[in-house]
Amino acid sequence: MRVLVTGASGMLGRATATALHARGDDVTVLQRRPAGLPCREVLGDVADPGAVARATDGQDAVVHLAAKVDVTGPWAEYDRANVEGTRTLVAACQRAGVGRLVHVSSPSVAHGGSALVGVGAGAADPAHARGHYARSKAMAELAALAADSTDLAVLAVRPHLVWGPGDTQLVARIVARARAGRLPVIGSGAALIDTTYVDNAAGALVAAVDACGPVHGEALVISNGEPRPVAEVIARLCAAAGVPAPRRRVPFPVAWGVGAVVDGVWALTGRRDTPPLTRFLAEQLATAHWFDQRRTREALAWTPQVSLDEGFERLAGAYRAG
Amino acid sequence: MTDTSSAAGDLPPGLPGLDPAWSRRVTVADATGTKHEWHVLDNGVREPVGTLLCVHGNPTWSYLWRRLLAAAPPGWRVIAPDQLGMGFSERLPELRPLAQRVADLGDLTAALGVTGPVITVGHDWGGVISLGWALAHREQLRGVVLGNTAVAMPPGDLGPALIRLAHAPGVRPAATVGTPLFVRATTALSWPPLPAEVRDAFAAPYRTAERRRSVGDFVADIPFAPGHPSRAAQEAIAEGIRDLDVPALLLWGPRDPVFGERYLADLRERLPQAQLHRYEGASHLLPEDAPQYARAIAQWVLDLDSDRAVPRPAADVPGRHPWSALADRAADDSPAVVEVGGSTTGTGTDGGGWVTGGMVSWAGLHRRVERLAAGLAAAGVRPGDRVGLLVEPSADLTASVYAVWRAGGVIVVADKGLGLAGMRRALRSAGVRHVIGGAPGLAAARLMGLPGSRIAAGVDRRAARALGARHTLAGLEQLGATAAPPVETDVDADCAVLFTSGATGPAKGVVYTQRQAVAQLELVRTAYGLTPDDRLVAAFAPFALLGPALSIGSVVPDVDVTAPGTLTASKLADAVAAVGGTVVFASPAALRRVVATAGELTAAQRTALGGVRLLMSAGAPVPLLLLQQLREVLPAAEAHTPYGMTEALPVTDVSAAEIEAAGTGNGVCVGRPLPGVEVRVSPLTGTGTADGPLTDAPGTTGEIAVRAAHVKDRYDALWATERAASREPGWHRTGDVGHLDGAGRLWIEGRLPHVVSTAAGVVTPVGVEQRVEQLTGVSAAAVVGVGPAGTQAVVVVVVPVTGAPRRGHAVADPELADVVRAAAGVEVAAVLVTGALPVDIRHQSKVDRRAVARKAARTLAGSGSRRA
Repeated sequence: MRVLVTGASGMLGRATATALHARGDDVTVLQRRPAGLPCREVLGDVADPGAVARATDGQDAVVHLAAKVDVTGPWAEYDRANVEGTRTLVAACQRAGVGRLVHVSSPSVAHGGSALVGVGAGAADPAHARGHYARSKAMAELAALAADSTDLAVLAVRPHLVWGPGDTQLVARIVARARAGRLPVIGSGAALIDTTYVDNAAGALVAAVDACGPVHGEALVISNGEPRPVAEVIARLCAAAGVPAPRRRVPFPVAWGVGAVVDGVWALTGRRDTPPLTRFLAEQLATAHWFDQRRTREALAWTPQVSLDEGFERLAGAYRAG
Repeated sequence: MTDTSSAAGDLPPGLPGLDPAWSRRVTVADATGTKHEWHVLDNGVREPVGTLLCVHGNPTWSYLWRRLLAAAPPGWRVIAPDQLGMGFSERLPELRPLAQRVADLGDLTAALGVTGPVITVGHDWGGVISLGWALAHREQLRGVVLGNTAVAMPPGDLGPALIRLAHAPGVRPAATVGTPLFVRATTALSWPPLPAEVRDAFAAPYRTAERRRSVGDFVADIPFAPGHPSRAAQEAIAEGIRDLDVPALLLWGPRDPVFGERYLADLRERLPQAQLHRYEGASHLLPEDAPQYARAIAQWVLDLDSDRAVPRPAADVPGRHPWSALADRAADDSPAVVEVGGSTTGTGTDGGGWVTGGMVSWAGLHRRVERLAAGLAAAGVRPGDRVGLLVEPSADLTASVYAVWRAGGVIVVADKGLGLAGMRRALRSAGVRHVIGGAPGLAAARLMGLPGSRIAAGVDRRAARALGARHTLAGLEQLGATAAPPVETDVDADCAVLFTSGATGPAKGVVYTQRQAVAQLELVRTAYGLTPDDRLVAAFAPFALLGPALSIGSVVPDVDVTAPGTLTASKLADAVAAVGGTVVFASPAALRRVVATAGELTAAQRTALGGVRLLMSAGAPVPLLLLQQLREVLPAAEAHTPYGMTEALPVTDVSAAEIEAAGTGNGVCVGRPLPGVEVRVSPLTGTGTADGPLTDAPGTTGEIAVRAAHVKDRYDALWATERAASREPGWHRTGDVGHLDGAGRLWIEGRLPHVVSTAAGVVTPVGVEQRVEQLTGVSAAAVVGVGPAGTQAVVVVVVPVTGAPRRGHAVADPELADVVRAAAGVEVAAVLVTGALPVDIRHQSKVDRRAVARKAARTLAGSGSRRA
């Protein structure tokens, strides 16, 4: 099968392209800078119709991961990369006669800030999504699913908090903060959260490529299906990286207040560096979000192959080696 | 009569739960030829098996019955008209008296072509009208169902206070018509409070004074005064229903401020065949407060045409009654009951009662019970009367129990563990006609507003009068000395209503007949080889009463038998020594204390304890370790633990040796079923319900069901609960979950509501808890689920040996979490620590896992969730 993977320079995109290639698919990757993968490569921006047309031409399926993932920056950048990028890609798929589109989304598209306890994949809700990233991803998912048709089967897949060796987002930031002694536990640390080891997320996306068609027009959340209290997740990530786990506690209202101030300061001054805390992050770290995986596993005929404990082992191995 | 009928299609929007397809209009002429337009809800079933005719009261409308239309029994038509002048039926220019309304309803059913069997369903003043229809259509009447309603003012009653107020000439027009006060107040009575949109739906037809005219007329038509124009019609219905021989079902909301207990009692007296379900907590608008009423009616209707009367095992008890052992030993002067210590409250008279120091012989006890029974009968205790016992465990309580039985009465026992509110609910639901109590008991009875006459125990005549009691036990004994002995009642008559501990919702009354009680005594006697040579030391309240019935002498230690933990090793030894005790019965909590205080035993006391051959412990699971420790204190005693519940005790029995032989497994091994007891399970579904057919296949986990001659007769005043518990006729579903093993032993894995249903399958708590409690750092553990059924996450809440803050839950450190996960044997999402687990009041050992689950769910939802 000929498959295009967009955004293959990120941890998950790379793992997905590698997995598809390893099983014998004819893989093309599209991203702005060379990814160093043994695949045909198209360099370009997903919002650039020319590059996207070249990349989608002749493909059977597309896995769309390319996105701006951040907590700062102006709305226009998120709108262009995530919303326009997805619309451009969908249009190109339709023109090129691609049969399947696996759109990689995020559980935050349906998260209004309240606790999510064993829920399924709610409808994407741009009006209530928290922050530019979540809002733009919500709009992108709606645009992708709107294109679902008999010619183009669309499946939205939402991996939740993907982590693993080589992760520059979640793991690297937590470890850097912890090493600097600047990582507090927000609230009680008891909020139950789902996470996804990177190989499992990649496996789910490969399964989604196969399932897309018979299964289409819906959104599926992906996780390891092993929720843990957030303090335990952080402690185990720190242990894997060989840094001390946080001991200092910040009450949630304080953290939320600090996050609100930070949001305001960063917005007013236009700072682009990663802020110490945002309201979104405070909520993410203090509020339960774990998911009902029954529909996902049935629809994709997939189960995670790497348990959390095995994942922490592999992460520790990577840190020891690195 | 005419019969033009059309779909209504003009109901206002905003009527949640009402399917507009049910709504239709019918024009019907009355006897004078005047045509009236009715609005009717009708599920439209053609060629129905039968018809449910649902009649609302004032000031509601057919909307009240929407759930019954939705839950209609298969093949049944459900018709719910809006009475003329009410709901969305046409408005009337004048008052429509009761007799006319009954005739109107008949005209309507004729026009609707209702010809087959009919079950009437009525609420509030719709009750009287529906019964009027029933009496006029006897040939097609199949049954009657009534919600909170009344057909008559009980003698001396002036009618419900609230309705009387609305009836007052100066008040009625303003309250009922001029303002929506009455309409709104009715839906405000609901408990729990109704959603605003449902209250608005009830008020929808009554927006203007013009539209409320009949609301006021309805109130005016209530015949409070003898000369009222509708009085004759009302009395004819009230008396007429005494002749109804069809099945009847009463569904009642006890919190109703309009129709209180006396109206229910009046209805039960007129319809003695009626089955009753009291929905504790529900108020006047029963169909709103107890939405499950609809399924109950549907089940009841279906049962009418199916034969559920499968014979259950009945013990053959020739001539035996629960008090028979006393008569057997009427000439025996050996001790029947001994109370150790000076705390006895015996009030014996004339040498026929207690010897100083708290000892009574068999002959003395028999004489006292016979006299007291005759006295009770002379004081008005009739066979079948329910007698609330609010006497502390004592000689007086023992005598009272047997005397009430001997007089044909039914003892009602609700213990202090329920709290005053729980006891009040329990005793009122049981309909006690007499209360026997000590000073605190009678004071509590007054506080609880219990009905019935009062009999004082352990107080003098003057104090008794102050407590509202016309009699004392001593006075009744005197009275009984010369009165005729009561006739012995039938062995299939009720003898007891015992209340469950209420650990899972309001306490339930459990009814036993004499035959079932005798079967229970026989089972206990044979299972444990009890003979008249045995002496029972009863440190567990219920068993302090049973010695006389088992025909063995018993001794009560010098402790508060309702407070486990006050028993010490030396107090136990003194009690054993006093009578040469051979059998000890105690709760695990009491035994723990005995082990803890073993050091204070003297050599003589140890010698006395060496004579005990049998130790029975019940009330909660007994850890093997405790049984092993008890060997030190009671070296010759074989330790046994019966398993059972208020509804069936005992079911199985296990000895300490058998527990050791069974080893570890998934749950607590409670041994094999006793002779004559059958045990099966109903397998669990993926969402933790027990819907499967009963099986005895080894290794299958499910809800445990029991069949035996000593199982309860029924739940009291809880028709739907009884129906669910005896889904398989002849069997009792226990609410416990467990499995049978290949050797026929039963293992208890938890309570059905405590089963955790994960995406990977169900997890029962007890086995996991046992494995975690083996860990050295853990003193106690509770396994609960959080999240939606079918995809729950398993949470283990542990009490670390090192302690934790008493209140609240905290995340365990990763080291503890690791060992707990490794021990658990199931996927565990979170390990939390806490300082103590909540336990039940009665046994102080059953962990309230639902409370743990609620707290864990709050903790694991995170601190940010409140802001959402």
